Amino acid sequence: MSQLKVYNFMGIRKYAVVFSVVMLLVSSLSLYTQGLVLGLDFSGGTQIEVGYEQPADVGELREKLEAAGFDSPVVVHFGAETDVLIRMQGEPDQSLSDRVYTALRADGDKVELRRVDFVGPKIGEELRDDGGLGMLTALAIVMLYVAIRFQFKFSVGAVLALAHDVIITLGVFSLARLEFDLTVLAAVLAVVGYSLNDTIVVSDRIRENFRKIRKATPVEVINESLSQTLWRTINTSVTTLLVLLALFFIGGELIHNFAIALMIGVGIGTYSSIYVAATVMLAMNIDREDLLESVKGELVDDLP
Amino acid sequence: MPNKFPLWKNLLIFLVVSFGFVYAAPNLFPPDPAIQLSGQSGAMVIDEVVLQKVQGALDEAGIEYFAGEADGESALIRLRDIDRQLRAKEIIQAEMGGNYIVALNLAPTTPDWLRDLGGQPMKLGLDLSGGVHFLLEVDLDAALATRLEGDLQDIKGALREERIRYRTFELKGQQIIGQFREVEQVEKAITLIRTNYRDLQPQFAQGQNPLSMVLKLSDIASSDIEDNAIKQNLTSLRNRVNELGVSEPLVSRQGKNRIVVELPGVQDTAEAKRIIGKTANLEFRLESLDKSGEKFEFRNPSGQGPDARLRNKAVISGENVTDARASFDENGRPQVNITLDAKGGWQMGYATRDNIGRRLGVLFIEYKTRLDKSVDENGELVITPVPFVEKNIISLATIQAQLGKQFRITGLDGQRESSELALLLRAGALAAPMYIVEERTIGPSLGADNIQLGVKSVTLGMLMVLLFMLVVYKGFGIFANIALAMNLVLLVAFMSLLGATLTLPGIAGIVLTVGMAVDANVLIFSRIREELRDGASVQGAISSGYDRAFVSILDANITTLIVALILFLIGSGPVQGFAVTLSIGILTSMFTSIVMTRGFVNLIIGGRKIEKLWI
Repeated sequence: MSQLKVYNFMGIRKYAVVFSVVMLLVSSLSLYTQGLVLGLDFSGGTQIEVGYEQPADVGELREKLEAAGFDSPVVVHFGAETDVLIRMQGEPDQSLSDRVYTALRADGDKVELRRVDFVGPKIGEELRDDGGLGMLTALAIVMLYVAIRFQFKFSVGAVLALAHDVIITLGVFSLARLEFDLTVLAAVLAVVGYSLNDTIVVSDRIRENFRKIRKATPVEVINESLSQTLWRTINTSVTTLLVLLALFFIGGELIHNFAIALMIGVGIGTYSSIYVAATVMLAMNIDREDLLESVKGELVDDLP
Repeated sequence: MPNKFPLWKNLLIFLVVSFGFVYAAPNLFPPDPAIQLSGQSGAMVIDEVVLQKVQGALDEAGIEYFAGEADGESALIRLRDIDRQLRAKEIIQAEMGGNYIVALNLAPTTPDWLRDLGGQPMKLGLDLSGGVHFLLEVDLDAALATRLEGDLQDIKGALREERIRYRTFELKGQQIIGQFREVEQVEKAITLIRTNYRDLQPQFAQGQNPLSMVLKLSDIASSDIEDNAIKQNLTSLRNRVNELGVSEPLVSRQGKNRIVVELPGVQDTAEAKRIIGKTANLEFRLESLDKSGEKFEFRNPSGQGPDARLRNKAVISGENVTDARASFDENGRPQVNITLDAKGGWQMGYATRDNIGRRLGVLFIEYKTRLDKSVDENGELVITPVPFVEKNIISLATIQAQLGKQFRITGLDGQRESSELALLLRAGALAAPMYIVEERTIGPSLGADNIQLGVKSVTLGMLMVLLFMLVVYKGFGIFANIALAMNLVLLVAFMSLLGATLTLPGIAGIVLTVGMAVDANVLIFSRIREELRDGASVQGAISSGYDRAFVSILDANITTLIVALILFLIGSGPVQGFAVTLSIGILTSMFTSIVMTRGFVNLIIGGRKIEKLWI
């Protein structure tokens, strides 16, 4: 069989750094200046999804609701021409949804109530806090685990790669003005899991090669490791992207943004496991010595 | 010989596979839409006679049904589809009247032998089955205030009886503050309170006016009151939900002061909200003869004047009601017949005995929320829910004779109000008001759509992955694909067995698991290819490929599991569903992709002389 081709990944790491920094800056800037479009889960409020038998005219519905005395309702199609999502601004109220539904049916139109979400302002705030807290806890625990299993420099690399992926995924959501709700938060946390998965497989190989290949520079070792795991990284990303495409196209409107967040995350995560983690390790001058220390402990708990 | 599993490992794989098929099987039998009929009280017998009456009504209305059973406590009638189920409910309700609870139900069709093994289909979350989810917040401060108000009135009475004179005694926030003219009286009052009102603690602060007294509830007493308030609210809610006729409702406490109510399959959400969210209570108060009481307006100005003064202390309240039935009086006006418990009856008798000729008011208390808009310092619109209480007199009638345990209330707005009031009183009053802080309603058609979309995307995602693996890893792709299919079966089996709830994000979790579960096999197969490339023998490459990939797989999966665990801990309903499927998927995929594929590989290739692997 042919010899494995070793790609010089680290040779172009300067460009990767520039790319990542630019992406991070743009994302952070967008997040800082315009923030995320918070979905109902986090902003609080009322939204109602109704289904008509015929394609519905949203302009007409808006006028109808305004005439019925509702304050600037947002009326948009949701997924299909026959489905309409009505969002009430600023006036959350436990009986609002009933009144809207009654108003829509007033003319004897055939309307089917498909979904109502009412989230009180306090709950939205709590979910927001819990979400942020969860994200930070996840990163901290993961950093600890990687530091124990591998080595401190690896854990810095892994966590920076994760933060990189999360910030850019959020940045894309902010830039594209996509709605950020609970399912998207779940997706972002799943991105953390996925990206970590990738980074750990690569790190694992780097650790192995540092011990196995004695006469090589750290850059060579990392290039060798990345090349060895390249196909695995690509194949796993492809299978994951395949199922995400299935979700994106036929999973329905409620799962749409979830799929988008994961697709962005998986894409960025694949890139970051090649470039970010390894570049950070190199920047921290990782070499054989770092790993020989942990070899002792390793022999005890890592027998095959 | 390498690459041979001992017999017990092969048996283990066989056992796990059969286990998976058996416990995943119940999901292949879709439940029938059904109507469940049960009695308002446990004493009612629902037998064949009742069943025949119901079936007769359905026959008459021309509604097809295909099975009916009655076991003495309840009856179940199965129907072909949801439309018939809805119409059947109305017809049965009309036929049987208010003494029966008619509930929509989904009757399992799991074969008996599977049920005997403990097999059951997965529970569907509200986003898949349709239904309502409420999150209610209990206003614990109000519960404390009610208690303090009662204590305040009692203390005032006791002080008067003991001839301890005070200037004022009133409730301020969570404190009772009394003002006296003489220090001696303060001391007497404190002694009295220490002996008779142990839950109240006199507060002594430096520089406090020696003629004043500050009383606070002790910490133990407050937390007891709060705990009881939540417990009583839970009980009342359960009773109310039962009256709504919902199969498998969920009412449970969440955190310190919240209650979750989930009603699967509920169609008329407005009614559910009215019954659940309505926090009404009744108080019976004597009319005050001087200006000491509080002034209340009448709910329906009915010639009795716009308002009346009632005494601050209630004779009895909704908690003392044991039964309440809506009916009509001689003139055809709605009324509610009320039966009190022993204590309530005694108190009512005691209060009315000495007050014949005086008027007794029935105060209707409703807790509502208003939303106030304001602009904060950043110029942003802030909306704050402001709870408020509406108290109106529904009737004020002269006491003709001493009242006992049974009496009636008139002056109601209509038949719907009388039956709702009866229901609320019967189901139990709430010890503290509650506010809906979150509501999620999913219509039945959206739920069905979500299931369909979910099944479709799992199928499509799965097919694409299967094809991809076959193309990339050829012969070994088949092993991976069998493992992947088995992973799905095991995932479904575990979720069914554990009673985990499947939600739409949960389905997304399954799809994602399908995509990620092959990762372990990709890792192993890539490793085997590498070993072959480095010149290892076929059997050696397989063996070391599996061994070496194992550490990476373990590390990667443990970290993902950590993330899933955090998701579960911080997430609410739908996100938790995602976390559950993701975690179970990780565990099952480790078994199928490592142990099971190895078993297949060993069985087919192990111990044989093979020159080239089809990988």
